[in-house]
Amino acid sequence: MGLLSDPVRRRALARLVLRLNAPLCVLSYVAGIAWFLALAFPPLTQRTYMSENAMGSTMVEEQFAAGDRARSLARDFTAHRRKSGALPVAWLERTMRSVGLEVYTQSFSRKLPFPDETHERYMVSGINVYGILRAPRAASTESLVLTVPCGPDSTNSQAVGLMLALAAHFRGQIYWAKDIIFLVTEHDLLGTEAWLEAYHDVNVTGMQSSPLQGRAGAIQAAVALELSSDVVTSLDVVVEGLNGQLPNLDLLNLFQTFCQKGGLLCTLQGKLQPQDWTSIDGPLQSVQTLLLMVLQQASGRPHGAHGLFLRYRVEALTLRGINSFRQYKYDLVAVGKALEGMFRKLNHLLERLHQSFFFYLLPALSRFVSIGLYMPAAGFLLLVLGLKALELWMQLHEAGVGPEEAGKTPGSSPPHPPTQGGEHTGPRQGLDGAETGGPHLPGTTAGLHHPHQLLSGLPTGRQHGACCCRHQALWTPAALHCPAGADEPSSYTPGQLVPVAGASGSTALPGRGLAALPGRTGPGRAGASHLRLPALPAAGSGPLPLLAALLERALLEVTEAARSSPRSLLPRK
Amino acid sequence: MAAAVRIFLLVLLLLGPGGWGQAEPPRDSLREELVITPLPSGDVAATFQFRTRWDSELQREWVSHYRLFPKALGQLISKYSLRELHLSLTQGFWRTRYWGTPFLQAPSGAELWAWFQETVTDVDESWKELSNVLSGIFCASLNFIDSTNTVTPTASFKPLGLANGTDHSFLRYAVLPREVVCTENLTPWKKLLPCSSKAGLSVLLKADRLFHTSYHSQAVHIRPVCRNARCTSVSWELRQTLSVVFDAFVTGQGKKDWSLFRMFSRTLTEPCPLALESRVYVDITSYGQDNETLEVYPPPLTTYQDVILGTRKTYAVYDLLDAAVVSNSRSLNIQLKWKRPPENEAPPVPFLYAQRYVSGYGLQSGELSTLLYNTHPYRAFPVLLLDSVPWYLRLYVHTLTITSKGKENKPSERSPQPAPPPPLPLHVPQHLSSQGYIHYQPAQDRMQPHLLEMLIQLPANSITKVSIQFERALLKWTEYTPDPNHGFYVSPSVLSALVPSVVAAKPGDWEESPLFNSLFPVSDSSSYFVRLYTEPLLVSLPTPDFSMPYNVVCLTCTVVAVCYGSFYNLLTRTFQIEEPRKGGLAKRLANLVRRARGVPPL
Repeated sequence: MGLLSDPVRRRALARLVLRLNAPLCVLSYVAGIAWFLALAFPPLTQRTYMSENAMGSTMVEEQFAAGDRARSLARDFTAHRRKSGALPVAWLERTMRSVGLEVYTQSFSRKLPFPDETHERYMVSGINVYGILRAPRAASTESLVLTVPCGPDSTNSQAVGLMLALAAHFRGQIYWAKDIIFLVTEHDLLGTEAWLEAYHDVNVTGMQSSPLQGRAGAIQAAVALELSSDVVTSLDVVVEGLNGQLPNLDLLNLFQTFCQKGGLLCTLQGKLQPQDWTSIDGPLQSVQTLLLMVLQQASGRPHGAHGLFLRYRVEALTLRGINSFRQYKYDLVAVGKALEGMFRKLNHLLERLHQSFFFYLLPALSRFVSIGLYMPAAGFLLLVLGLKALELWMQLHEAGVGPEEAGKTPGSSPPHPPTQGGEHTGPRQGLDGAETGGPHLPGTTAGLHHPHQLLSGLPTGRQHGACCCRHQALWTPAALHCPAGADEPSSYTPGQLVPVAGASGSTALPGRGLAALPGRTGPGRAGASHLRLPALPAAGSGPLPLLAALLERALLEVTEAARSSPRSLLPRK
Repeated sequence: MAAAVRIFLLVLLLLGPGGWGQAEPPRDSLREELVITPLPSGDVAATFQFRTRWDSELQREWVSHYRLFPKALGQLISKYSLRELHLSLTQGFWRTRYWGTPFLQAPSGAELWAWFQETVTDVDESWKELSNVLSGIFCASLNFIDSTNTVTPTASFKPLGLANGTDHSFLRYAVLPREVVCTENLTPWKKLLPCSSKAGLSVLLKADRLFHTSYHSQAVHIRPVCRNARCTSVSWELRQTLSVVFDAFVTGQGKKDWSLFRMFSRTLTEPCPLALESRVYVDITSYGQDNETLEVYPPPLTTYQDVILGTRKTYAVYDLLDAAVVSNSRSLNIQLKWKRPPENEAPPVPFLYAQRYVSGYGLQSGELSTLLYNTHPYRAFPVLLLDSVPWYLRLYVHTLTITSKGKENKPSERSPQPAPPPPLPLHVPQHLSSQGYIHYQPAQDRMQPHLLEMLIQLPANSITKVSIQFERALLKWTEYTPDPNHGFYVSPSVLSALVPSVVAAKPGDWEESPLFNSLFPVSDSSSYFVRLYTEPLLVSLPTPDFSMPYNVVCLTCTVVAVCYGSFYNLLTRTFQIEEPRKGGLAKRLANLVRRARGVPPL
């Protein structure tokens, strides 16, 4: 802050902003991009770690083995679905009840804002089916959700099968402390949103739905499952939700833990975890993952049914089974075990997931970039706007405030040479001002320069800058004129008084050359004052004074050259 | 000396029984009872009741000799001048929708309510001491009962025993929904039983089985009752009840056939020698048209038929005092076999059940909604709803809405003046339904909770929604619980109702009827009294991040120190233009030269 209270330094800073605005903007932008890309590299990405104590160790033994049951349930589901052409609600209810769940249905309908061309529909109506596993000796205050969104085509049957098989397995266990809701929604996200709105008894999207008959308290976490084949090669995890919202990082860590434990191949944004961080391939791949994630978040739309849960403060993610051409495939048991492990761990939770990060970027499944590290990149990009705004504001400030200040200063403060001499009135006037100005001659110079300053519209008081400006500007004519008046003594003779004039000796020399020609003197400006100045005592006393004057000039030249002359364009405050 | 003591003791021993023998026969009696009810969902509920009746005026007489009645509780009654005491410790939630109406439901957690004698001057102080003493007796956290969770209901909790006046200022009611019930609470409860867990029905009370259930509720009820039919004097009754629900899927490994051994891993071998009556009842009522969905083995010697909770029920009765049932050589292991498995059918729905939830999202406001279901096809009946909401949920009372069948249902539309509280459960329903009642007591921050009591008429075959909006308060940082992100509990709503019976009950001898039928006094044969509880709620409050106070303190201090100082400096300092000193070394050299020349320096 000392920087701002010191006018000189503030001025220097302002000068920097104004003069180097464009380069600074470019630099900041480039730095932002570079920082962002650098996020994918190990020093900036950290290994993920489980923050939540309740889920800390992986001392859970998964016992799910009902892969056959899952497959047969999936086949049944497909058959019933094909037969009825919609979600086989009755079959689902029957099956869920037979495994010991409390079963409820919810019908909903929503007018689409514009007709759906591909399915030729304007009004969407469907039925969600959900079964609640009541935890023994618990009062239904907390729950977990496993949801399978079913679209219009017959995908996701295996997910339904696996969910039902898991429900049957879970029902026989004694360790549940939270209720578990098994939810099958129709019409993908529409059904999910309808169910969520009905569960929380709100209406956000104008959905018409029947009220829910069964509830299970506050939902702590949710997992959406998408599986369309009996075997999978990998599991893709999707975290980006509505408006780019993300679930707590611990939920992802949990998934990753069970991926590792079960030896599952898990991907993020469809990309495997880079194995080799030392070569360039690993970071490159993580850059791609990172960029894809940012892109998905920027789209703002939920990339899975889990995305809608996040609005209701339910941590959620989507697991998507991928069946590609890889050799090694996993069956439903492996996926079921991972889910079982996750649910058992979530069941341990004492509090809502809150320990870990809510804002993060993922260059790989096991690496993350915390908000503290990725915000500088965004900061650099935003700095460009700030710089531009600052520039505009300063220009506005110059134009608006300048004249008032200019009007005040000459009267109150000692006279100063015109700052803009070089630019506005030419080298001559600048020269004159400089020569005549200074502490020695208060009255005249002030009077002389007043209109000039008004004209320039800039505040005065930049003796410093004036010097520099003048110097640069003057040097050329001086160089031109010096050879003409090479004969020093002779040039001195007519205008004995001239060289003395300047407060600064450096200007004396070129000034001398110019002033030697009477016709070139400024119209009624410097002339008079020149005359009043005392003569240079050592003027005619041999080469020594000349040498001294030359030396003096050279020294000052060095001094001034160190400061760049265009700085004088700046207002002085 | 030693001989003298021995003789003295001998004399005492001789005198003791003799003195006792000359007095009247023991004035206390014990009845024990186990009811096994196969639930419509396929699960099995077991309800134990142990009733100790003591024909003594605990309040008036100075009593020092306790026989069956536990001394700890007896002293409590006289010390705190209690008229009634009801304490329940429950783990789990009775699912009325699937399990049917319970004999006696209790809210999840701990519930304590007590009526004090009218001689008590400082009820609050007595209440506080009482809860602390009970906390010690039952190893429960009842000491957390304070003014912030205690209410004085005006209508919902009437005395269950003999009562002359019902001035509700002598009533206190509190629920701790967070209380966890475990074996440490069961052991002191068992110790109050005359036979402990050595003989009789109480041998079945094995903790590892009782806590392997879906629902576990143990309770202690003390109340004064009539000593005889004409009610000329008062006796004290202690009822210890324990209800458990065994889960067919978990406990039975999917099989729905039950036996005592499968449930409790014990069989009954002998009756409690102190018990006057020791019976096991098994509900063998057939629900469908075809007879006998359930088969019981061994075949019962007697059956008992009565109207229980509005429907006609048949019970198989096993009397443990009958040598034909239990003897030294044979133990009793009652087995139940379903002839027709009850699965895959929607269970019969009780006439009244309720559901409660928090609606809305976000951490600023929300809505408490209670759904009351009346599934009776043609009878409307009134329900007394009690809501006790902690102060940190700021209720907006003007948003209280009650809607039935899409129409607003005003609780007090029939009588604009506040009506006197309808004394449930002793009075007739016609009296209740003729007038409305609503009572609201606002909360005081950190002092007392909201209390809302309403008499709502439930139309036939309808769902009534009672909703009220609230705002979440920001607590002081020391007021948060150790795990603040878990959420804060809101105690369940209490529904007290006189539900119309399907079959009219015959008024029988109260003292002779089974214990499960004599819990609530019956005043009318056309309806029965039910008290239901909804589930407790878990509400998140805005919670600061407690894990980083250090960071926050550091950051705040730094920001304040740095920014305040410099901004203050900038704002208060006056700026003047100072002549900048020109040049550095070069200028000084130049000035030196100028001085040598005699020219004024720069």
